[in-house]
Amino acid sequence: MKLTREEVLHIAALAKLGMTEEDIDRFGTQLSNILENFEALRKVNTDGVPPTTQPNTLCNVMKDDVVQPSLPVEDVLANAPAREGDFFRIRAVME
Amino acid sequence: MTIPTSLTIHEAHRLLAKKELSSTELTRAYLSRIESVEPKVRALMTVTSELAMKQAAAADKRIADGDIKPLTGVPGVIKDVLCTRDARTTCSSKMLENFVPPYDAAIVEKLYADGMVLLGKTNLDEFAMGSSTENSAYFRTHNPWDLQRVPGGSSGGSAAAVAAGESVFALGSDTGGSIRQPASFCSIVGVKPTYGRVSRYGLISYASSLDQIGPMTQDVEDAAIVLNAISGHDERDSTSMPNPVPDYTRVLGRDLRGMKLGIPKEYFVDGMQPEVDTAIKTAIKKLEELGANIDWNVSLPSTPHALAVYYIIAPSEASANLARYDGVRYGFSCQDAAGMWDALEKTRQFGFGPEVKRRIMLGTYALSAGYYDAYYLKAQKVRTLIRREFDAAFEKYDALITPTSPTVPFKAGEKSDDLMAMYLSDVCTMPVNIAGVPAISIPAGFGGSLPIGMQIIGKNFAEETLLRIAHAYEQATEWHKQKPEI
Repeated sequence: MKLTREEVLHIAALAKLGMTEEDIDRFGTQLSNILENFEALRKVNTDGVPPTTQPNTLCNVMKDDVVQPSLPVEDVLANAPAREGDFFRIRAVME
Repeated sequence: MTIPTSLTIHEAHRLLAKKELSSTELTRAYLSRIESVEPKVRALMTVTSELAMKQAAAADKRIADGDIKPLTGVPGVIKDVLCTRDARTTCSSKMLENFVPPYDAAIVEKLYADGMVLLGKTNLDEFAMGSSTENSAYFRTHNPWDLQRVPGGSSGGSAAAVAAGESVFALGSDTGGSIRQPASFCSIVGVKPTYGRVSRYGLISYASSLDQIGPMTQDVEDAAIVLNAISGHDERDSTSMPNPVPDYTRVLGRDLRGMKLGIPKEYFVDGMQPEVDTAIKTAIKKLEELGANIDWNVSLPSTPHALAVYYIIAPSEASANLARYDGVRYGFSCQDAAGMWDALEKTRQFGFGPEVKRRIMLGTYALSAGYYDAYYLKAQKVRTLIRREFDAAFEKYDALITPTSPTVPFKAGEKSDDLMAMYLSDVCTMPVNIAGVPAISIPAGFGGSLPIGMQIIGKNFAEETLLRIAHAYEQATEWHKQKPEI
């Protein structure tokens, strides 16, 4: 079962990953090979077994909603590829 | 006096405390060692010479004032996936080539508070995805035991730096074996602590339900010292556990009489090299001589499914975690694009390397409509089965003993074209992250001149038990004293 070109393009669109024609072909083959190796998992009996989302016993860790110092704006914007005043500058969302 | 660059933390500490050596002298010696061997080993993404000399001077002042801790003035390196305000943090990715984090990771804060000297940031498989450090977007790291071979991964730079005497100790991160497998490949000690033992605040996320930070050191005592320094609760990591932190050095030197050790047969896999099999079985007999009771017939039947569980869960979590690289707030940003969506797709196309893209694609697929139940949810259920088998085993045994990797270090390029062969390199270490339990890898012999590591797995928060077994074995053998010639 090889992933079709359309399937690869669909996943790439969901992941927001640009692809060359070569990528589409290569990922199609590689992902199919990997998924084939995982087929045995489907046969494991997991009736009545709950899923594990994370391995420790904590859940719903709460803390008081207290105002605390945060990072200075300049520090946060220091890595910005483009900025305008105290904002990250992005391209137009509506085209 | 010629300063040796093979000092352990405890040896360096003794010399610093007695003022027979200053941190400035020690740091200078290590920087010059880096200069001479780094062209061959290539363990470091960034060398922080200026910062190191500044920290060394501060440590010397502190020591003169009588304030010395086990790590004060001791030079170390940190995997370049842990945020440092004073040095760029790249994840060995083009995506973060010039990224200087606005804050230090929690463990960096702790190590600095104890007076550690930072020599540099180490190379890794891009975003910690890989088992050979060949996936670094910059250069490959060479195994100091044989420069043609890989140091393991993803913390390959950390392991190679310690083995090559470029650093006294290192910090790594471990999602499926990324501390233990390179420790095994470079003949050093590596600890993957219990999930929740060490704060991950400031660790750049790969797979959040699996990632953990830990020490990579020349011996077990050093591992205990670093674990003491980095463990503990931190409210900035909501998965961090409030369990008290013992003094991990306290158990060193205790014997193994009365200890029950299990040998799970599923870890002696097909395709395992005979020299690894022989070395680990010989090591287990040594543990028996030291007083441990060995049960050779333990079975954890779901173990063969761990690889699939890992390669569904880790990429799924990665696909969500790496969604943050959008070229807007930090990191690489493709400006040559037709609009916002095109810029986003091109930023990710040109910023990420092939293995990272592969895992994002795999994870996106496993989480996508129509496949979620068959892959992601199924993997989470099998994860429960794997955890239960560990829980049951730890009702009978204090620890489980396995090889760390089924092979000695392989040649660079040998597995680059065979993804499943590369993934199998972590087959003995991945189940541990899936269960969340702690494990340690220690030197346990050589196949020819190539290192072999033994893995000791314990129940949650049983790091003391692991260190005790590891230390007893280490003190009864000479493997950890052997150093590569470079």
